[in-house]
Amino acid sequence: MSATREVISTGNDLAAIAAVDAGCMFFGGYPLTPSSEVMHTISDLLPKVGGTAIQMEDEIAGICCVIGAAMGGIRALTATSGPGVSLKAENLGLAQMAEVPLVLVNVMRGGPSTGLPTRVSQGDIKQASNPSHGDYRSITLCAGNLAECYTETVRAFNLADRFMQPVIVLLDETIGHMHGKAMLPTVEEVKAGIVPRKRFDGPAEEYRPYECGPTEPAVLNPMFEGYRYHYTGLHHDSMGFPTEEIETCRKLIQRLEDKVMAHQDEIELNEEFMMDDLTGEEGEVLIIAYGSVSLAAKEAIRHLRADGIKAGLFRPITIWPSPAAKIAEHTSKIKNVLCVELNIRQYTEEIERASSRLDIEGLYKVNGRAISPHEIVAKVKEVF
Amino acid sequence: MAFNYDKYLRVEKMPTLWCWGCGDGVILKSFIRAVDKLGISKDDMCVVSGIGCSGRFSSYVDFNTVHTTHGRTIAYATGIKLANPDKHVVCVAGDGDSLAIGGNHTIHGCRRNIDITFIIINNFIYGLTNSQTSPTTPQGMWTVSQKAGNIDPTFDTCKLAIAAGASFVARENVTSPKKLEKVITQALKHKGFALVEALSNCHINLGRKNKMVSAMDNLDWIDSITVSKKKYDAMSPEEQLNLLPTGILHQDTEANEYCDMYAEIIKVHQGERKKITQDDFEKKI
Repeated sequence: MSATREVISTGNDLAAIAAVDAGCMFFGGYPLTPSSEVMHTISDLLPKVGGTAIQMEDEIAGICCVIGAAMGGIRALTATSGPGVSLKAENLGLAQMAEVPLVLVNVMRGGPSTGLPTRVSQGDIKQASNPSHGDYRSITLCAGNLAECYTETVRAFNLADRFMQPVIVLLDETIGHMHGKAMLPTVEEVKAGIVPRKRFDGPAEEYRPYECGPTEPAVLNPMFEGYRYHYTGLHHDSMGFPTEEIETCRKLIQRLEDKVMAHQDEIELNEEFMMDDLTGEEGEVLIIAYGSVSLAAKEAIRHLRADGIKAGLFRPITIWPSPAAKIAEHTSKIKNVLCVELNIRQYTEEIERASSRLDIEGLYKVNGRAISPHEIVAKVKEVF
Repeated sequence: MAFNYDKYLRVEKMPTLWCWGCGDGVILKSFIRAVDKLGISKDDMCVVSGIGCSGRFSSYVDFNTVHTTHGRTIAYATGIKLANPDKHVVCVAGDGDSLAIGGNHTIHGCRRNIDITFIIINNFIYGLTNSQTSPTTPQGMWTVSQKAGNIDPTFDTCKLAIAAGASFVARENVTSPKKLEKVITQALKHKGFALVEALSNCHINLGRKNKMVSAMDNLDWIDSITVSKKKYDAMSPEEQLNLLPTGILHQDTEANEYCDMYAEIIKVHQGERKKITQDDFEKKI
């Protein structure tokens, strides 16, 4: 998407505005710091376009009503923070199993438990990969600046409808509450880029919503249109009815995995910042960071380069599935790799897996405060 | 001519997994007759169920159907209804589903008075999972989780619903299928949150250990604890103590329905009316 429109806003507001621009017509949620502004803003925006926003009695009800609305064929959003994701987890699992698309914005705060409600963290990275029990592939996007609070929310809705599953957008408290200028695509461009869900238009008696290719999502027509089938969180057959038939069960769960992993090219998005001149020479530094931390990392890289250290940033925007091939490519070329996170090694372990290296350096902070560029510069000078 | 249930059933799913003599089939048939009487199109109705024996209700009926997680029927249904205010949304859940794990959603569904019909199948026990205590298991009865005798006090489902704001509340008993059909018909016709508590038997997992070994024994016990609202109202509090009134216990046709109220919110935001204030409501607190 092109960046042609200048706005001044906050990350949380931009996520809400993006949802409505992307055609979202339903919001259900529960107040949770530091995400609540998403609900505050969208509850004004949705009725303007004839949509609905409801504050439910708890986090669980928030996700359940969103799944219910999405079963009716419309785009639907919920927003919360880590404790809310914990509460929503079981029903996120139902949405994975029944293949109901929705977008969940998680504005991360300090955890575990009630943690640090008003302070920044990136402690929900691992949670985002498997919030619910069982096997499925989470799609998780992570905004690294204000503009991406908008563009990644838009992308999340398109990916949710393409792959028929929940898509998580990770903001963090710093980005969510950041107030400033953002260059956005026009609403017309966003609308033109909307890819609606696939639907079956043949006779109802031939419709098999869950009978699809081994790497394709279910084709779920909206309710109330003459195509009657069944939604369940149980293992199910081609019409959605519960079954324990061995091959049907195996194929279903394998498909939930493969529908994402076979199409990673449609999902993966990364930023490579000042990496053009990194050739693998001795002394070069690769920093891996995401979310608000990447802003500090970029500033640190400018300082490092001024000091004569050739450094660059690899920033996954699609966090899950991870850009494993790209990570392997860069980490096999560049020896000095520093992963910077507002948690303890949550993504570093994924970098280790993807790179098959156990000498990845890390800078971690879990006290609810942001990491400054100078801390990153000092760490690079200390370890490399 | 005999009533043709097959029109509304997914006949290939028959027989049901419910035990021989289970009252859930009576409720299923009463519901189908009510839908047929009202002439509701199968494409205009969504049936949402939870977890437990009653959870399978939705897979047996040929409507748009959803089998949700445990306790969340009303929360799912709220989203379905708000996104499709012109369609019929019916929830079916057991006593454990609707009053224990899903109790919060039940009271808030009542409070919002959203136009959902909620059939609570109360068999006084967790049947599917083999006899654990439910919020309606009478004190002193044997359950597998309280083998020494249940000490937990019970909920009165209908009193709870009335207090929480449901605008239609009824109770019936599977030994009276015609009356059950009548109250479900009235519930479906009612605009607002309509709760029907259908008392049912579980001779397998409640009765067997509580001196009600057969379906008939269990049904006789349900008959012995129920009485029509008219008779109940004429009784002294002492006589009422161990009885549950049946029939339509509460109906308020004037109460604001939630989807209608949300339409007013849309009007405010679209500049068609001034903001909603306390003056718009008779009840101010």
